Amino acid sequence: MRFSSYRTEGFYDEMFEEDGSPRPHARLLLESVESLPDGVLLRRKVAAERLLLQMGITFNVYADSAGAERIFPFDLLPRIVAAEEWATIERGLKQRIHALNAFIDDIYHEQKILKDGIIPAEVILSAASYRPQCQGLDPPKGIWCHIAGIDLVRHSDGQVYVLEDNLRVPSGVSYVLENREVLKRTFPQVFEGLSIRPVTGYPSRLLETLEYLAPGSGHPRTVVLTPGAYNSAYFEHSFLAQQMGLQLVEGRDLVVNRKIVYMRTTRGLQRVDVIYRRIDDDFLDPQAFRADSMLGVPGLMEAYRTGHVALANAPGNGVADDKVVYAYVPEIIRYYEGEDPILPNVPTYMCWKNADRAYVLENLDKLVVKAANESGGYGMLVGPASTREQRSEFAGRIERNPRNYIAQPTLALSRVPTIVEERFEGRHVDLRPYVLYGRDIYVLPGGLTRVALRKGSLVVNSSQGGGSKDTWVLDKPMAEPMKAPTTGGQQ
Amino acid sequence: MNGSNALLSRVADSLYWIGRYIERAENVARFIGVNLHLMLDLPGENAEQWAALVHASGDRVAFRERYGEATQSNVVRFLTFDLDNPNSIARCVQAARENARSVRDTISSEMWEQVNTMYWFIDSSRNSLGGEPLFEFFHRVRMACHLFQGVADVTMSHNEAWNFLRLGRKLERADKTTRILDVKYFLLLPSINEVGTPLDDIQWAAVLKSVSGFEMYRKRFGRMGPNRIVEFLLMDRDFPRAVHYCIHCADECVHAITGNPQGSFLCASEQQLGMLRSELDFTRVESILTSGLHEFLDGLQSKMNTIDTAILEDFFEARPDAAVAGSAGR
Repeated sequence: MRFSSYRTEGFYDEMFEEDGSPRPHARLLLESVESLPDGVLLRRKVAAERLLLQMGITFNVYADSAGAERIFPFDLLPRIVAAEEWATIERGLKQRIHALNAFIDDIYHEQKILKDGIIPAEVILSAASYRPQCQGLDPPKGIWCHIAGIDLVRHSDGQVYVLEDNLRVPSGVSYVLENREVLKRTFPQVFEGLSIRPVTGYPSRLLETLEYLAPGSGHPRTVVLTPGAYNSAYFEHSFLAQQMGLQLVEGRDLVVNRKIVYMRTTRGLQRVDVIYRRIDDDFLDPQAFRADSMLGVPGLMEAYRTGHVALANAPGNGVADDKVVYAYVPEIIRYYEGEDPILPNVPTYMCWKNADRAYVLENLDKLVVKAANESGGYGMLVGPASTREQRSEFAGRIERNPRNYIAQPTLALSRVPTIVEERFEGRHVDLRPYVLYGRDIYVLPGGLTRVALRKGSLVVNSSQGGGSKDTWVLDKPMAEPMKAPTTGGQQ
Repeated sequence: MNGSNALLSRVADSLYWIGRYIERAENVARFIGVNLHLMLDLPGENAEQWAALVHASGDRVAFRERYGEATQSNVVRFLTFDLDNPNSIARCVQAARENARSVRDTISSEMWEQVNTMYWFIDSSRNSLGGEPLFEFFHRVRMACHLFQGVADVTMSHNEAWNFLRLGRKLERADKTTRILDVKYFLLLPSINEVGTPLDDIQWAAVLKSVSGFEMYRKRFGRMGPNRIVEFLLMDRDFPRAVHYCIHCADECVHAITGNPQGSFLCASEQQLGMLRSELDFTRVESILTSGLHEFLDGLQSKMNTIDTAILEDFFEARPDAAVAGSAGR
């Protein structure tokens, strides 16, 4: 397969310049792919898919009947991030997470940012993810967002923007590790000659982050709490537990007695010190949050509040990934860090503001509208791709509940060559890097590149026809190709 | 006991059942395979041979209601692909896989991949198994089960979790050997007077083959003889599918789990298993046959049910109040 017929079609392409020549950091990979004998790439693709099924890297589709399992489609051609660009992204993410953590701590304590009038108090206190139960709570080491996944996109202007902050229970990091593993097992040739930053250290970093939170001294007992084998992210929960050597527990395995958390073992109850919970706040503890939750552990919040157990992520931290609060993140960064944001936000219209709402309702066909408190591509209107009926339905929703909606200009997400049938075609991508906040802040090099496999689609979520790619962060800057031909060397 | 070795009750329960389900699937595949062979040697219809399999491994009432006559194709379908039959191969492998998925962090990746691969193999055979050579399919199922057991033995630490897996496997195996012996012996009773006829030999050989015991029996006793076969399948100390051998191993597993020496007991599981083991240690096959094999086998099965319940109560059931006091030092 060749790139000769590949067209960027006016979009920003991660691999090719506007004039169709390879970007310097992608040149070596493109050359090695082109040098493959005919058919190899497609055979490798089939082998990779078989491997994913055999490894059981599948997810359950909620809308389908029980037992419908799919592999998360994986495109063999990696996405490459140049070393210099990654350095900026990494600095930007660290700055952002540090500020968001300070913001959450402030909201659940003195609320200085509200008193200083930087953000209207009603915006925060009306957020569905604001938890009055957490007011005055001091999480271990003062950390609220231990594990975050920040969605980045590149627009046609070439600039990388932050699209969303996922602070509650971000998923997908297991695909980052498994994609690399599958690519190495099926397609080792493409790694030759390149120095790519490894991702395998993530589980160790995560374990360190979790154990840092343990109350008291001695060897802490840390567990991963999953909603169970039928959750769509169960593969990830078991994978991370296995990689860290931790117990994977369900709510029914835990019991709280006199504000101490125990797990039920074949030798009776054993105390638990740190819980990496992959259950939403709502379902965590039926005594504190939703009383009908069957997944949670009664009394867990009381144990947490008294400091007998650490939870990661901290309950209540979702107040900072509300999509209306998102619009204020640049202000939040300036307020707590005293610096300008390194990574810009996408301009955002807040429907609770009269002027913004009027503009949004006028321009629904040009904007992307999002519900403030949903994720996974649900509760979303992509204006240019919408029907008149969908737009009028959303207009009604916005008018009934303006606080719950924001709108953003439709971004022309950058594209990456992707294998479509028997050729390469450009498909839109985003990038979700993962950030760990423990003793210090760590950013996993790369992250999950999600790709919208449907032609023209901008929605990358796995539940909406998205796939993924391995993401390579180059270790050092690529030398510019020689301008003048020299003798030999050049292949 | 340090933290990383603690085994969740739920996980222990799942491992025990993975052991049982994989063993069950393998036994059913072997029973069917042997019967298919036997049919080629026997004259006439021999519907009772197929009915005996339903009897040994499935639910007779459910079978009669949904399938009616015990023809080869009905029985094979019921025992192989019927997901409403809790003992069919497909259902056992599906259940083993669901259990394996829920303890994926405890078992090795290789074990998970093997049970997952087996699941997809059976799932994909469901529609294609029309003109396919049946022998080949059942052989592959058996080999896949063996592979799982082998992979488990060489990729997983031989720790408490592994002992639960093994415990389930051994108890299931003992149960299946008693069942196949019970129905086949009953079926062959009228011919006991014609001991030594070629047809009789073939049938007894089939009983042994049903538990992969033909060759080992030959080495041990030589000629076919009902009493010796019963002795071999119940009392042999070396043959891995003999009831005595299985119960001995199960007893070992439970003591490895508790850390309590064999020959003593601290919980009901140890007590019940120890009692059954010594009964088998000190019983003569002649006295079993005199007082009635069927009654003896019935008694064995009810004792194994008691053991199963004891294991559930000793290890899998949560007892928060009793245990909190004892766990202060973790």
